[in-house]
Amino acid sequence: MNIPGAENVIEFTYLIATALFILSLKWMSSPVTARRGVRAGEMGMILAIAGTLLSHDIVDYKWVAIALVLGSIIGVPLGLVQMTAVPQRTALSHAFGALCVTLVGTAEFYLRAPAVPRFMMAVLSLEVILGALTFTGSLMAAGKLQEVLPQRPITYKGQNIVNLSLLAVAVAVAVALVLHPEKMNLFPAILAIPLVFGVLMIVPIGGADMPTVISLLNSYAGLSAAAMGFVLDSKLLIIAGALDGASGFILSVNMSKAMNRSFSNVLFGAFGQEQITAAGHAEALPVHSATAEEAAAILAAANKVVIVPGYGMAVAQAQHKVRELYDALTKRGIDVKFGIHPVAGRMPGHMNVLLAEADIPYDKLLDMDVINGEFPQTDVALVIGANDVTNPAARNETGSPIYGMPILDVDKARTAMVIKRSMSPGFAGIDNPLYYLDRTLMLFGDARAFVGDIVRELGGPRQ
Amino acid sequence: MIKLDLLTSLYVFMLAAFIGFEFIRRITPLLHTPLMSLTNALDAIAVVGAILLAGEHKNTFTTVLGVIAIVAATSNVVGGFLITDRMLRMFKASSSKKS
Repeated sequence: MNIPGAENVIEFTYLIATALFILSLKWMSSPVTARRGVRAGEMGMILAIAGTLLSHDIVDYKWVAIALVLGSIIGVPLGLVQMTAVPQRTALSHAFGALCVTLVGTAEFYLRAPAVPRFMMAVLSLEVILGALTFTGSLMAAGKLQEVLPQRPITYKGQNIVNLSLLAVAVAVAVALVLHPEKMNLFPAILAIPLVFGVLMIVPIGGADMPTVISLLNSYAGLSAAAMGFVLDSKLLIIAGALDGASGFILSVNMSKAMNRSFSNVLFGAFGQEQITAAGHAEALPVHSATAEEAAAILAAANKVVIVPGYGMAVAQAQHKVRELYDALTKRGIDVKFGIHPVAGRMPGHMNVLLAEADIPYDKLLDMDVINGEFPQTDVALVIGANDVTNPAARNETGSPIYGMPILDVDKARTAMVIKRSMSPGFAGIDNPLYYLDRTLMLFGDARAFVGDIVRELGGPRQ
Repeated sequence: MIKLDLLTSLYVFMLAAFIGFEFIRRITPLLHTPLMSLTNALDAIAVVGAILLAGEHKNTFTTVLGVIAIVAATSNVVGGFLITDRMLRMFKASSSKKS
């Protein structure tokens, strides 16, 4: 296309798009303005794509058009997945983003080689290494979340050494390329090694570590896109990549703090540490259990109830029954709130989305730091499908593998009720002393069925 | 020596990272899932690089890579904005619901 002044128009659309992207993130800070943020992002995106299509450099529109249409056709079903499937969808979209960046980086190398300036070669290597490992790593994470791959972590001796040496080799090859960009046959190595590294990095990671991993992959995807911005000299891409990278970084730090992992632990992807199984004396101790009828009577007599949901609630698809319970209790004038641990679910904020989908007002969904101050005044804390995030051993048993992890203080409520299938220890295999307290009642059964029974005892889902 | 335009790019990156940190730190944990899907969609602006690559048609190899890259990034744009908006529509305050 040959429109006079088109290059200026393009730069201007990029400038507006950048402003809209930044506003988009700013408006995400509150649920009241968040949808405006999505609009702003969409407008920026459409402007930037429309501007790009005006470029003089484009000589062939046929394939661009076909690709845009095909991408949209794939994108729509990915935008319509169930809320329980959002973590694997997110992992998959990290993989797609990284794939785009890696392919463009590879093409740019072969277009420019052998005369690639050193700084350019360095960012190009960074782009391709980060992109490639994010691509396979995210595919692996999506596979584990979708349960097409085994969820259990697979570990072996010297795993970290193997992984880190692989990464070191890739970096060494990249350095060689920076010094001697004419050695073009080295390039496939900085593509292939990170692809393998991405797979090996996710192999030792279990389901409970997924919130951290997804955040980290998010950060890598953003940084690789920013590197691509350096290569193409696109400020818009640098900014979008930096924003995405910063977002993923902050979420990774949040998640690692919420699991009491050190930050270097996160950076090197060594989350799947060996789990110490300390479930020796578990069976011997007595627990108090109760029926749905008894639980309903205690809940009906309460003034203030805090519900603590975990991933088990999502697995049992109990969120809509929980909503009925919320309604039944609220109707009786009982104050009901939800205490959400940062790592509850399979990605940051996952539990909030599931509860919002079940129509629970978002101002009742409270973060750990806020709700913890309220447990001492709480009559009943009802734990549904959560385990380690309520374990008081994290607070007071220095020998416990989860010691130091911030938890929801449900043991400080007047009565704690725990809905659980059986006494078998949770994913991490750590015994939970909460279950043996005098003030704790164990409600054995399937979360969805049990909550449904409580609702029935309270007088039906709708009156 | 680092060229001037590369230095400018480094400044841009640094400033954008600072803005990102400041804005994202303030985002409530309530919205962390839609935040991730939104930044993912914004990140797919990489599609502009892919469009230029495929459109320039320098040779078959780079055009094929460009076309696949456009497909991957466009699916993120469309799917990312779509699911973010779907999620945000679900977040309602108590005052806005009738009992």
